Amino acid sequence: MSGNPKTLSQKVWDAHVVHDEPGAPSLIYVDLHLVHEVTSPQAFQGLRERGLRVRRPDLTIATTDHSIPTTDRSLPIVDPIAANQVAQLEKNCQEFGIRNFGVHSEDQGIVHVIGPELGLTQPGMTVVCGDSHTATHGAVGALAFGIGTSEVENVLATQCLLQRPSKTFRVNVTGSLKPGVSAKDIILALIAQIGIGGGTGTVLEYTGSAITALDMEGRMTVCNMSIEGGARAGMIAPDDTTFQYLDGRRFAPKGADWDAAVARWRTLPTDAGAKFDREVIINGDALEPMITWGTNPGMGISINAAVPEPSSVSDPLERDALSKALRYMDLEPGKPLAGHAVDVVFIGSCTNSRISDLRSAAAILKGRKVNPRVRVMVVPGSMEVKRQAIAEGLPEIFRAAGCDYREPGCSMCIAMNGDQLEPGQYSVSTSNRNFEGRQGKGGRTFLASPLTAAASALTGVVTDVRTIL
Amino acid sequence: MPMNNIDTDQIIPARFLKTTSKEGLDKQLFCDWRYDAEGNPKPDFILNTPRGQNASILLAGDNFGCGSSREHAPWALTQFGFRAVISTSFADIFKGNALKNSLLPIVVSHDVHAKLFALPAEAMVKVDLASQTITLPDGTRVEFPVDAFSKTCLLEGVDELGWILKQEPAIAAFEKSRVGSVNTLL
Repeated sequence: MSGNPKTLSQKVWDAHVVHDEPGAPSLIYVDLHLVHEVTSPQAFQGLRERGLRVRRPDLTIATTDHSIPTTDRSLPIVDPIAANQVAQLEKNCQEFGIRNFGVHSEDQGIVHVIGPELGLTQPGMTVVCGDSHTATHGAVGALAFGIGTSEVENVLATQCLLQRPSKTFRVNVTGSLKPGVSAKDIILALIAQIGIGGGTGTVLEYTGSAITALDMEGRMTVCNMSIEGGARAGMIAPDDTTFQYLDGRRFAPKGADWDAAVARWRTLPTDAGAKFDREVIINGDALEPMITWGTNPGMGISINAAVPEPSSVSDPLERDALSKALRYMDLEPGKPLAGHAVDVVFIGSCTNSRISDLRSAAAILKGRKVNPRVRVMVVPGSMEVKRQAIAEGLPEIFRAAGCDYREPGCSMCIAMNGDQLEPGQYSVSTSNRNFEGRQGKGGRTFLASPLTAAASALTGVVTDVRTIL
Repeated sequence: MPMNNIDTDQIIPARFLKTTSKEGLDKQLFCDWRYDAEGNPKPDFILNTPRGQNASILLAGDNFGCGSSREHAPWALTQFGFRAVISTSFADIFKGNALKNSLLPIVVSHDVHAKLFALPAEAMVKVDLASQTITLPDGTRVEFPVDAFSKTCLLEGVDELGWILKQEPAIAAFEKSRVGSVNTLL
């Protein structure tokens, strides 16, 4: 290494600057552009209006995930507006020569599940998608962030984006997680600590023994919710865990190319002595299962802690926000959330729908029955996750326990496809956002890990999974 | 709207994102706060008052636009008639999306923010992008930061994609320099 010590994100950034000139942001090259049906139609229309082509269809991959039903895929989509949006993506991909893992593809899935799963997402890459949870792909050591539709159009046309570099923010998670505590609890604890605007303007880099001990799917869960902490991107340095995960995946390099790639990837981790603009430390040994009680992801508490009292907060806007959240959620301050009745449990989303998530939920549910009052939905993240789950006998475990086991998609995380809460219902959800109405108008969301979700499904109330391990 | 962390799911709920057009989103702006269960406007919600109906500046709490990357949020705001949003901070993606749609995200200090919220309902505030100032009714002028490139784009009508397309030689050279050294995907 020559020159100043650099962080992981700075190395990836520096390797992708196409053009710099005074008075303008840097022009950054994009190695992988992921496209889905919701944020792309207006961008393709923009290309048509300008008479432009897609510059690098070979670096552009589409799938359909947000608007599609999670029921029988052989049936047509009933909602005509959703059907039109899905058809539009297929038409756009055909017209512009883009590979589309569409509704009937064997590789369909949530865009942030299939990227790593197919080996598309690789260390050191720049990855963008018209979706804020693109941060997920940072788990392999890529600089990955969400963009708006205008930027989708820019990348389709030029494979480049105008960007200013972000500040760097290290999140050091020390120690090791106790049984019942998982990756989701790390990220919920971080967001509770720094707040949902705490990472604004930064790229997070997660380090420390509790992070390196995570498998790749746990790392994806952590990076996925970087955006809920306000950061556009979250990254983890690639290591042997990363390389073992990628080795042999369909789009990963093969043979001599693989060896060369791994040698290159080993130079990516942050140099000794590199400075971060900000650092926080989270004690992994002390972490407990986390759950959100309120209407943004920063409103998180340990599973046995009490819902906060607005009177304990001095800032008037913050106090109003707590009171408003308590009213929306119809909760009493000062009381623990554990024991609160739930109507729905949702296990899925780009945060927690991978095979390891399904395995950990199944381990809790195996040989048991969910509370008959609770609707429990299990939605695998991709067709590949679905196939693997079948190979491991997981659907039988879920169905025998009384769960509704469905087809891959975003489903009740974003409630665009008819999978939604009724007004007033409570869910324990493994997804990423608990904003008002996020899972259906009037619905109330408690965000938690797959373990907590499965435990709560059994009892019908918010449950500390450690009581049934 | 004196609330912190107004998220994109409130600005435009996800169920309206099934459209393939940029148009017709003004009716859906803040839909779940703006209409009752029967779809009638709630009279006390700010956008349903005459003051809100004619407003071109939205004053909001910290961290406005947090959440998703949906550009539908600035589309809905501008179609309703907003030209600027004033807050103490904005979520990164929202801010970028706003600037690409001629919606000016104006960051002010907590002091100025509090002063603005204390103004009477009929108060007029003037925003001038060229001088990067807002002028309060008492004549006080407050400067605000704007990314220099975005300012030029907004004031001179520079088309960002057009600007990037002009960098074609640099893009082609960059691609050429990486052949063989970086794995191509497909």
